[in-house]
Amino acid sequence: MATPSAKTLEDLTQREYKYGFVTDIEAETIPRGLNEEIIRVISAKKNEPEFMLEWRLKAFRHWLTMKEPTWANVHYPPIDYQSIIYYSAPKMKKGPNSLDEVDPELLKTYEKLGIPLAEQGRLAGVAVDAVFDSVSVATTFKEKLKELGIIFCSFSEAVLEHPDLVRQYLGSVVPYNDNFFAALNSAVFSDGSFAYIPKGVRCPMELSTYFRINAADTGQFERTLIVADEGSYVSYLEGCTAPRRDTNQLHAAVVELVAHKNATVKYSTVQNWYPGDREGKGGIYNFVTKRGKCVGESSKISWTQVETGSAITWKYPSCILQGDNSVGEFYSVAVTNNRQQADTGTKMIHIGRNTRSTIISKGISAGHGQNTYRGMVKIMKGATEARNYSQCDSLLMSSTCGAHTFPYIEVKNSTARLEHEASTSKIGEDQLFYCRQRGLKPEDAVSMIVNGFCKEVFRELPMEFAVEAQKLLGVSLEGSVG
Amino acid sequence: MLQIRNLHARAGGMDILKGIDLSVEAGEVHAIMGPNGSGKSTLANVLAGRESIEVTQGQVLYEGKDLLAMAPEERAWEGVFLAFQYPVEIPGVSTMYLLKAGLNAIRKHRGEPELDAIEFLAMIKEKVKLVEIEQAFLNRSVNEGFSGGEKKRNEILQMAVLDPALAILDETDSGLDIDALRVVANGVNGLRSAQRSMLVITHYQRLLSYIVPDRVHVLHNGRIVRSGGKELALELEKRGYAWIEQELRRTGAGAAPGA
Repeated sequence: MATPSAKTLEDLTQREYKYGFVTDIEAETIPRGLNEEIIRVISAKKNEPEFMLEWRLKAFRHWLTMKEPTWANVHYPPIDYQSIIYYSAPKMKKGPNSLDEVDPELLKTYEKLGIPLAEQGRLAGVAVDAVFDSVSVATTFKEKLKELGIIFCSFSEAVLEHPDLVRQYLGSVVPYNDNFFAALNSAVFSDGSFAYIPKGVRCPMELSTYFRINAADTGQFERTLIVADEGSYVSYLEGCTAPRRDTNQLHAAVVELVAHKNATVKYSTVQNWYPGDREGKGGIYNFVTKRGKCVGESSKISWTQVETGSAITWKYPSCILQGDNSVGEFYSVAVTNNRQQADTGTKMIHIGRNTRSTIISKGISAGHGQNTYRGMVKIMKGATEARNYSQCDSLLMSSTCGAHTFPYIEVKNSTARLEHEASTSKIGEDQLFYCRQRGLKPEDAVSMIVNGFCKEVFRELPMEFAVEAQKLLGVSLEGSVG
Repeated sequence: MLQIRNLHARAGGMDILKGIDLSVEAGEVHAIMGPNGSGKSTLANVLAGRESIEVTQGQVLYEGKDLLAMAPEERAWEGVFLAFQYPVEIPGVSTMYLLKAGLNAIRKHRGEPELDAIEFLAMIKEKVKLVEIEQAFLNRSVNEGFSGGEKKRNEILQMAVLDPALAILDETDSGLDIDALRVVANGVNGLRSAQRSMLVITHYQRLLSYIVPDRVHVLHNGRIVRSGGKELALELEKRGYAWIEQELRRTGAGAAPGA
């Protein structure tokens, strides 16, 4: 019969990774390896004030005493931290002051990635900080935001221009000694984004950072710090891609969010690092620490992530709900196809009274992918009337993939209310056949079923990116029913 | 319209259909009856193109075309519709969305312009009356949390919207109480036309009191062992399937496979 079988459906999955190209650009790279000298070099390259260097060295010395965590449900050969290049930057004349001064080769790269850096382009309503390997190469709409008192710039610039803010908040949510990868990041981080929204200001556009790894054998270690002062609002989005390479590359980022009284921070991620090839060769190790602190009362932090790339994902965007009546949210779609592994979830730490959290996690596994949800809900003694709702759903798309759920709950206050729901389903021949019988092509049917599964998460994404995410999911999974 | 010739099919390592011959003309309603395990649902699913069933021999012509060479969606585009015995649930996808996508794929195939949301809504408004369901019902996820009766009504609604030339109803009466059965049967009767053929697969005669067939076929052990008019269904009701088996044993017809 000429009907497409499961075999041809599987073939459909093997769409090329669209962002696998390499930009040929002259880069300034430091020698491989990690020691105090390297850290001094990085700090010197950035003309950092003394306090930053001290902080880095403290982190490095602490890191030396730490062991790489092994509790996650992911498997990979040992990483040789001495073989990584910790700093690589495209050569350019002293920090570009305007977009006109950015190397056209770089502008072309972002154009190709669908992130035009021209302020009147497709992303006219979004301010972008573009990070290329270890440095920020351009930030759009800076001036316009400045009129409202909003600071949005590269981390390096923030260290130089707003040292007091950086000093006050850096490490206040993720301390330098928090965990192995956060300590490593604290020692060697090279750039990232910084945003400060002043009291009572509602940021009028999406802020976003687009991370691109280009150079080979380089690790990307960026830091993002977002501070929302009292009564302010900001929605922030990050996207990431990397070239196709046979070797694994390490990406160990730290994101810290601070929400003061009545402030809201909405943080969305569409992660599409190179996932490696079909056999699991190459790909990014995405070991990331993301945490937000609801410092003030009635503040809110909301994480939305769509994780489709990376060979290995290890990240737990979390909320510390310190202020009374504060709210934490985590909406996640994690996809593992071929040999990808993901161990992801969240921690909701309830400290204040009447704090509320919601966790919606959707794990999709295809091929030989392994998908783990790991989450913790912790209700501290003082968190009277705290509430949590967790829902973890897994969708299996082949007989060789896996889905795992590890929900941890710790309750120290008896007035707390927690709900947990979980489900596992297999996208069956039955569902597929049903849709095809109604006239849908197999690839449209799969995409419709998967998007339906992820609906609760997608509707949390900013409009411009919800469409992007749906398409991305279609590409990552197309026809992967086996 | 539909010619099935010497159709053999395997599923789960077993021969299920062992030589089906059947012709259905345009506008005719044929009932396929038979005991459990006789191959009724397999026949329905083979015609719709389910891949887990392997056709080992035989031919199916649909409007003169080789039906078995078509993918399931191509059959849908050509006007073949299956009302499922067990309609599946699709969380997060509304019936409205699924139907609009399906209908527009079919229209595209026919060279007709696709309907936009407003045109589609106007059309749905008419169709829901046929099966007595609320339009709001269509905004719910496909079959999720539906009762047995709601699922079957939803199947008939989809049939009304997709307007097939050949509708196959696979045990649409199973699990329905008498009121739901009446609603479903009325819906089906409302869709009878000189252009539309139907294959009504059922275990019981009671559905055929509502949907009166032109022909009745009895399926037994993968073969059609008896065909007749609507009175055959009544006779079966009275005498049970055991009667057919006795008859077969007595005449020696179609006893062992391969005989």
